[in-house]
Formats: sequence, C-alpha cells, structure tokens
Amino acid sequence: MALFNIFIFPGILFLVVAGLWFEFVDRRMYARMQHRQGPPWFQPLADFIKLIAKETIIPENANRRLFVSMPVVALTATISAFFYIPLWSTHALYSFQGDSIVVMYLLTLPTLTFFLAGWYSTSLYSTIGAVRSLTQFFAYEIPLFMAVLAPAMLANDWSLAGIATYFTAHPLLALLNVPALGVALVTLLGKLERVPFDIPEAETEVVAGAFTEYTGRHLALFRLAIDIEVIVAGSLLVAMFLPFGLALPAWLGFLVYLLKITFVVAVIAILRSIMARLRIEQMVNFCWKILAPVALAQLLLNLVVKGFLHS
Amino acid sequence: MLGEVLAHLCAKPNTIKYPFEPAVVEAGLRGKIKFVAEKCIGCKICVKDCPADAITITKIGDKRFECVFDLDKCIYCAQCVDSCPKKALSVTNEFELAQLDKHKLRFVFHAPDAPPTPPAPAAQPEPPVAKTA
Amino acid sequence: MSKITIPLGPQHPALKEPASFKITLNGEEIYSMDMRLGYNHRGIEKACEERTYIQGLYLIERICGICSHSHSTAYIQALEELAGLQVPKRGLYIRTLIAELERIHSHLLWLGVAAHEVGFDTLLMYAWRDRELVMDHLAEIGGNRVNYAVNTLGGVRRDLTPAEIAHILKDVDTLEERTKYYAQVATEESTLIARLSKIGYLSKTDAELLGAVGPTARACSVDRDIRRDDPYAAYGDVQFKVCVDDHCDVYGRVLVRVGELMESYSIIRQLLKNLPDGPIAVKAPRRIPAGEAISRYEAPRGEDCHYVKANGTDKPERVKIRAPTLANWRAVRKMIEGNYLADAPIIIAAIDPCFSCTDRAIELVRPAGAATLTWGALRQHGIDWYRKQGLDFADLNKKLATQLGRVK
Ligand code: SF4
Ligand code: SF4
Repeated sequence: MALFNIFIFPGILFLVVAGLWFEFVDRRMYARMQHRQGPPWFQPLADFIKLIAKETIIPENANRRLFVSMPVVALTATISAFFYIPLWSTHALYSFQGDSIVVMYLLTLPTLTFFLAGWYSTSLYSTIGAVRSLTQFFAYEIPLFMAVLAPAMLANDWSLAGIATYFTAHPLLALLNVPALGVALVTLLGKLERVPFDIPEAETEVVAGAFTEYTGRHLALFRLAIDIEVIVAGSLLVAMFLPFGLALPAWLGFLVYLLKITFVVAVIAILRSIMARLRIEQMVNFCWKILAPVALAQLLLNLVVKGFLHS
Repeated sequence: MLGEVLAHLCAKPNTIKYPFEPAVVEAGLRGKIKFVAEKCIGCKICVKDCPADAITITKIGDKRFECVFDLDKCIYCAQCVDSCPKKALSVTNEFELAQLDKHKLRFVFHAPDAPPTPPAPAAQPEPPVAKTA
Repeated sequence: MSKITIPLGPQHPALKEPASFKITLNGEEIYSMDMRLGYNHRGIEKACEERTYIQGLYLIERICGICSHSHSTAYIQALEELAGLQVPKRGLYIRTLIAELERIHSHLLWLGVAAHEVGFDTLLMYAWRDRELVMDHLAEIGGNRVNYAVNTLGGVRRDLTPAEIAHILKDVDTLEERTKYYAQVATEESTLIARLSKIGYLSKTDAELLGAVGPTARACSVDRDIRRDDPYAAYGDVQFKVCVDDHCDVYGRVLVRVGELMESYSIIRQLLKNLPDGPIAVKAPRRIPAGEAISRYEAPRGEDCHYVKANGTDKPERVKIRAPTLANWRAVRKMIEGNYLADAPIIIAAIDPCFSCTDRAIELVRPAGAATLTWGALRQHGIDWYRKQGLDFADLNKKLATQLGRVK
C-alpha cells in the first residue's frame, strides 16, 4: 500500500499527471486572457515526449555529473516534499513535528539546482541567469518563509497535518491569514520564476537563463520538475491557508482540493498576464520594502491573537 | 488591465484554428496568377517586366502560346497582369501554394488545343543535382 | 564582480533580425557596448542598377518588411521628379492613405514588440490583434499584407471603392478606441511604467548631434517631421499635429508613438473625406531622362532618404538609400551606457530598429594574402566542407526524389 501511495496515487504518477494538466490549465487560461486559442490539452505531454526524444547536448566545459544530476535532484526534492502535505484530509502520507520546515527547505532545493545548473553550464547567459536566480531567491525566500510560518505559529504546531487539523477545528481563524496568503502567492511567482519575476530566465535578455544550455531529456526533466513544483507549492499554500473541506468524504474532498489548486494556478496565470517583468533591483526592493513588512505584520498579528486565545 | 483580461477569459478567441478551419482572405489579395492562352499574342512584355523571372512564354505553334509559372520564384506582385496588353493574365486569390515536391511548383498553362492533360504536376526533367544542392 | 562581455546577437531572442551588440557589463550595469551591422546585407542598391525601373520598384519595396511602402514611395518620388510626372490628386491621396495605414501597422507592431521586450506579453497579443484590422485593409487595398505594391510610376495601381472607404472609416473608429485604451495602460500600468521610464536617456543636444530622426528624436523634444517640414504626397492638404515629448527616455518614445497613432487616425479621416475624383495614375515612360534626384519621406521610424541617378535608359545608374535606422544607430550607444543589462533589449527596441533596411555595405575582413573566392568556388567550398562532415546534399536530394517518387 505504501508503495502504491508513493508511486501511483497520490504519489509520483498523480503528480506527473496533475503537473502536466495544470500546465495546460495555466497555458490555456493565459492564452484565453490574451484572446488566443491556446494549446490543446495534450500539449504539455506532447512537449514532454518531444523533448525526451530530442538529442541531448552537454556543453564541453560543463561539469558533466552536476549538469546531468541537477534536473533529477530538482524533481526528487519537489516530489519528496509532496508526501508531507495534507491534501484532501487532515492527514498527510507522512508526518512529524517540524515537517512544515522540512517541506519549505525541500522546496528551496529546486532554486538551488537552477543556480548550480546554470553556474556549471559555464555559458554566459546561464551564469547570469544563475546569479539572478540566487539574488531573487534571497529576496523572496524570507517573506515566503514568514508568510508560511504565520499559520503554523497561530496553530502552535509545526507539522502540516497538525496545522490542518487545527484550522479545520477553527475555520474562522484561517481568515486571519489572508495577508500572508497574498504574500505567499506573490512570492510563489518568484519561486516559480513567472512574470513579473521571471527575471532569471528573461527570454529577451538572457535567452533562457540557467536552462540555456539544457536540451533533450534533461530539459524535459527540469520542466517536469517546475510543473510539479507548481502543484506541490500550491498544495502547500492550500493546506496552510485554505484548510476548508478537509473533513468531507474523500471524493468530495478531492474535488475541493482540485478546485483549490485550480484557484492557485488561475491566480498565477492572471498575475502574469497583467504585468510586465520587473528589473532585478526593482524586484528585490519590492520584496524587502513591501512583502517583508506585510509578512512581519502578519506574524505579529498572529502572535497577539495567539496570546489572546491561550490566555 | 485586470478587467480586460478577465473579460477576454470568457470571450471567444480572436484567432482561428487554421488549418482545421479555413482562413478567410481578402478579395483583393494577390495570389496565383491565371493565364488564358486564347488571349495571349506572345508579345512577352510580361516576361520583360517580371521582377522575379518567374514567367516564361513559349511559342508552341501558330498563334499558340504556352505559359510556365515558377511559383517558387514568383513574388505575386501582379506586375505581369498590369503589363499584359491583352488581359491574358489575371490574379486569383489562391494562396495555399506550398508543396513538398518542388517540381509541382512549376505550373504550366497549356495552349488551347493541346492534348487535355490535367494542369497540375507537369512532367519535368529532373533538374541537375548540383542546382538543388 | 569583474567586467564581463556578453554578446547580444547576432542571434538572440530579443532581436528580430541579426545585428551584434557586445555588451560589457559591470555587474548588471552596462559599461560599454560595441555594435556591428552587416549580417543582413543583400546588395539591393547594386541589384537595382541591373533591373529596369519597374522591376526595381518591387525590389525596393522589399528593403523593409514593415515600411515597404515608405521605401517604394521615397524611391518613386525621386523617379517621378526626374521624369517630370504629375501624379493625379486621387493617386496622391491613396498613396498617403496607405502611408498612414502603414504607420499605424508599424507603430502597433512596435508597441507589441516593446511590450514583449519587457515581458508584457498580453499587451503584445492585444496590440497585434488590433494590428490585424489594418493588415486586412492593406491586403484588401494593396493586395498583400506586407508588400502592398500600391505604387507604380506615375501614381498608384489600385483604386478605392466606396464600400472600402466606409469599412476603413469604421475600423479606424475601433482602432482609435483601442489606442486610447493603450494610452491608458501606458500611463497607468505600474510595472510597465517602472520598466520604461528613466531608461535610455538621450538629451535633446545629443539627439541633434547624433542625428537621430523620427519618433526617437521627437521623444527628445526635437520638433522635426518631414511630413510637415517638407510636405510630399497629400500631406500639404491635411491638418495634423507633430507629436513631441520631453521625457527623453523610452517612456517618452512610447508616448510619441501612441500620439502619432491618434494623429494618423485623424489624417485618414481627412483623406477619405476629401478624396478627390479622377484618375489614379498617369502613363509613365519606360526610360527616364538623365538627372539626379533626392527624395525625403517620413517613414514610421523616421526620415528615409533615397537618391537616384538616371542616365536616360530604363535602368538607374545609381541608387542610394539611407534608412532611418542608420540615422538612429549612433544614438543607441549613447542611450544604453549606464543602464542595466535588463534594459538593453528595450532600449535597442525603442528606436524601432530595422537592420535589413540599414545594411547597405559590408566590410570584408580578410587575413592578408587570402585569395578572393569566386561565387562558384565559394559554393564548391561549401559543398566540400559539408561532405567532409559526412553530409552530402547531392545524396540527400536523390534520396528525397526517390522517396517522393515512391509516394506518388
Ligand atoms: S506576379 Fe510578379 S513575379 Fe509573379 S509572374 Fe507576375 S510579374 Fe512575375
Ligand atoms: S504580356 Fe500578355 S499577351 Fe504578351 S506574352 Fe504576356 S501574357 Fe501574352
């Protein structure tokens, strides 16, 4: 049963299917908002298969082992994070005190792999993209951490399953975290490198940033990892901030879960369709001057409320 | 901007599913050139004025002229149509002219009482290999 | 961080045509830039000398894939002056109409490209969608979306029907509304303004000194427009305002172009309202008397100059073209230094560059003593080189032919 859970449902296979499906949802919505037709539903899968079948080229000067292993590391990290997140019930596949921190760290791994992949590709565009990835990482990671930890603080529990249980018991308290949800959604754009924070892979400046030298199946794995990251990060936000409907029967809960993920994907698609890409220094300023104070205020608020509740 | 994109989210897309849906082209579009052999007098002004050397008129008999278009050379400017004193040439708005086989891009308009062969792929000698390299 | 040099082009996603920009960076800041043209040289000027005037006209039109009408009008104006042809009024009006439609299509295209350079793809899609309205009219009137081929010696080739006029007027109204919306987006969308303002600064003095033209110069408060200063075609008969802006940065260039769009709509309305009756062209001779003429034209990108020397035959003796991008070229370096790498694409795009228009000459850098290759030898060299790599095109062709034969 454990093996079934890990490999099939709600494990790897489910993640891959969901990742590709929500890439389609994102692309289709983005296209429709731009008044275009958009791709058919199988396009992400077709792209994936096409990339796998393509020739892979590894730059001569690149560190071969690192270059090849980075996509796998990114993929593994995102998938492992998934097992600790409660999806449509208050239980996660695996759970322990402090797993919320572990999940956050597992989710920072892909960004690090982007950096290493870019850096060890040794091409100019990749290097610049890699450095930008890292700069951006330092800007959004703090607000993201603070935002995600706010509910944990309120629930006084460091396991995701525990937090979900707490908020299912006190659903109204979840509404308190709305500013943190906003911050988390915006920083998520940075993590996923979407407009307006797609600075590290800005096509018109640095071609494809860290991925410039990636081809064939390595690129396919990277893209799959990013697709899955969307689902995993979305699930994390949903579990933390929208813990509604977790007590429902499994099938209904599953539908609600899908709806919630669709909501996150839709917000990302809308945000990226109404904004221009920022410059890196504008992005850093924005994160430190606006997002970080908001997240901080949320933490303080939650501390105060928690003091009230427990007194 | 937000209102605009949300409105478009529900609207019908502005693009079409070409080639599954036919593309509508303007009536005035200059496409493939049509040649009416009966009207041609063989003055070859069209050949002289064509900027792309795409048109050849050959005399194949008494007052009978055959016309060969190289669809891959033609730039569809319709100067030949303007130049022809007898209105033997005219524009159509046929535009889907791409071919996998480049021999099909040589389009021959046969003279009137030539044997009624279908106008499409004309049997052409294989062009020398060096030319296509 | 030490200085690094990164190449932007000749092949780069930000460039729609090849040109090379070698950017030396100090961190993310641009320290200096080296620009090279010449990847798009097609020898058009020389080729014109080998063709008759009529044939050359279609070649001239292909100098640029966007302002094709600009080049052909500039060229033909020089020819008509030499031949002493008096183009009928209606012909001139139609020429001007096409010129303004082309300006709209070019500026909307530019708006989309500029939006894409700063990652605002939704605006790109909207601008290009609306541009289709103009493209449809150009195809309907001219016969093609890009190379309309409306001009001919002594006038224009196609006339307008009343139905078409009504249709154009209707679409111009739609476009005007849309353009107002873009103007609103440009003045309200905060991320867009953050990306466009205060970059690519070019002072008025520099603009004049470096010879900038068109919207690039007008956005630096240089009040210069050939349509008003030296009216050609029907521009003497219409009222319009020359859009000038004093921002001197990329944002100002956006405002100028959006303003020009609005002016174009008004010009089109005036032209269609006062469209005179009569013939659209006069008969032109095949030979043009000897002489020289220079013709100036305000293309969407700025002043376009054509020089023609005729020698009494049906072919020109010399044709010389100075495209607007060449005039703006030197200003780019001035604009770009001191900005961030992230802004390089949009600063380059802000002059609305057209490299294939500009590439008039190439310089062959050859090691001393190297032989000159003839065309045939160069071709053979290419074939041999590929054969050494294991690629034989002769084989491929044969294979392809047999395969196709099998299919048939
Ligand atoms: S349309 Fe133009 S290019 Fe084609 S055959 Fe006629 S004159 Fe030549
Ligand atoms: S110009 Fe007209 S009449 Fe003369 S050869 Fe050509 S098609 Fe025939």
